[in-house]
Amino acid sequence: MTALLRTEGISKAFGGVQALSECSIEVEAGTITGLIGPNGSGKTTLFNVITGYERPDEGEVYFADRKITRLAPQRVFADGIGRTFQLTRIFPRLTVMENMLIAAQHTGTASRGRRFGNPLARAGGPADRHRAMELLRFTGIDGHAHALAGTLSYGQRKLLELAYVLVADPTIVLLDEPAGGINPSLIHVISDRIAELNAAGKTFLIVEHNMEFVMGLCHHVAVLDYGTVVAAGPPQIIRDDPRVLDAYLGIAEEDDEPVG
Amino acid sequence: MSDSTSPRRSAAAAGRRAELAGPAAVPGVLGGPGTRAGLLALALAAFVAFGVAFTNQLVLTIGFLTALYICCAVAWNLFSGYSGYISLGHAVFFGSGAYAAGIVCEHLQVTGNAIFALLPLAGAVAAVIAVPFGLVALRVRRHTFVVITIAIFFIFQLMAFDLNTLTNGTIGLDAPFLVWGPVAFDQRFYYIALALAVVTVGISWLVKGSRFGLQLRAIRDDEDRAASLGVRAMPVKLTAFVISGGLTGIAGAVWFYFIGQVFPQSGFDPIFDLTVALIAFLGGLGTISGPVIGAVIIMPAEQYLTSSINDSYLSQILLGVLFLAVVLFLPNGLVPAVASRVRSWLGTGTAAAAAVPGVAQPVAAAKGAQE
Repeated sequence: MTALLRTEGISKAFGGVQALSECSIEVEAGTITGLIGPNGSGKTTLFNVITGYERPDEGEVYFADRKITRLAPQRVFADGIGRTFQLTRIFPRLTVMENMLIAAQHTGTASRGRRFGNPLARAGGPADRHRAMELLRFTGIDGHAHALAGTLSYGQRKLLELAYVLVADPTIVLLDEPAGGINPSLIHVISDRIAELNAAGKTFLIVEHNMEFVMGLCHHVAVLDYGTVVAAGPPQIIRDDPRVLDAYLGIAEEDDEPVG
Repeated sequence: MSDSTSPRRSAAAAGRRAELAGPAAVPGVLGGPGTRAGLLALALAAFVAFGVAFTNQLVLTIGFLTALYICCAVAWNLFSGYSGYISLGHAVFFGSGAYAAGIVCEHLQVTGNAIFALLPLAGAVAAVIAVPFGLVALRVRRHTFVVITIAIFFIFQLMAFDLNTLTNGTIGLDAPFLVWGPVAFDQRFYYIALALAVVTVGISWLVKGSRFGLQLRAIRDDEDRAASLGVRAMPVKLTAFVISGGLTGIAGAVWFYFIGQVFPQSGFDPIFDLTVALIAFLGGLGTISGPVIGAVIIMPAEQYLTSSINDSYLSQILLGVLFLAVVLFLPNGLVPAVASRVRSWLGTGTAAAAAVPGVAQPVAAAKGAQE
């Protein structure tokens, strides 16, 4: 069985800093894979390389056995890899619903047969709006659909970003610290939603510092340190791996405290 | 404990109100669709009545310039307000429209009412100029974009000075004489400018609600993120720039026919850019009604100052001071500021936004935790 998403020997340096060196990970279809490691270990850089925001110095990225290395972000997104950002990137002066429609218009339900359609048509047909509303309900922020996205709380922005990435129905979703800086009860909402989506067949790759979140949710965990995978396996085994304890868990205590 | 139930009850009440008004009412700036249609009809009636009510030429001239600048500011806002790319080079389109009309009139001996048939041509010339202008300027963002638009503006002003065979250099071009009576002249021009303003506002309204307009506003908020979600940023920005430039070009030609002549400094006038930007900033960047309201305030005030102070430099300095004051004290403009004040008076601000009709709340516990 080959992996849905895999990176082979990715290296990336920023000036003198080697962010990634020979980094290879695999994400099996239908799983939730966790990517952990101390700050600066290269997790977000790996996300950026996979989704086309950074070009690797060496190595390849394969998605469903197709080479997608160095494709532009919009091509990667159109191919079915959705991602969220550590610092959420929503459109603050658009309403929550408009945020959803932006993600829907190219790769999602809206694009079929509409590419050369009337550009002055009202944004978002009934089908798009219906689906967007469903996803907002699913993430629990449907009550804010017509509020400006900039008025949402930090946690709600995370939920919105997750919802609008889902609008385009990607095959795999990359989440960068979905539980970071969020209060504990909302963390449960987010992990429940991820588990539900996964049960329905969606694959996830998640960067997260909250160990409880990672260990409770992921089927498989890879540990990055200094840009290289130092351990990979099921969470029960990773939890007790001395290399992991050494590289990561020593500093994990402070990250367990929710911010604010 | 009783405290915690009351906001929830008021939210539910606001939800019912929102349900009655319909979803379109929530993002609107000034009340529901009924109220807005009423205000629109009232404003239009006032504008139409103005041209009949006044026969004083000075008043009609101020009316004409106000209507013309409504058109220019709305067209400018259609690009700069929606996309966030602040252009200080729209005088390129205004001047090109004026010169296009002037050059064709002179070389093809167009006279009389037929000169108005050249308006689409003036718009087309400005729109065609917007393509290379946009392709160059729209590669850079923010301050760099502003500087590039100013640089291109000066290139065009210089060309108007130097391309003597086309533009007559510093002598300028004269518009064909229209044999309309003095009052009829002002009245007709007022209505021409008003019609142009109405069309421009209509286009701005269509664009704002459209898929295209949504893409523009997403580019304003986060261009890279929008691009990664499949928005083709360059074609979207360029299209808006071309539409905006074309409309400004038509306004330039109308202005030329009204004033009767065009020089490099008057056609390609840096004060035009400042005025149009000030109007949009004062009224509310990115809103439909903002530039209209801004023009109605600024243009009569500017004309009054110029005629009463008799020192054009002083009125320009006052214009600059006003610009600073607007940026400092009304950073979002009048329309958003008034709208949020009205909403808080009505007490439906965040509650109306938080409660959407016909939606169950399956994760009420989670929402409670967020708040």
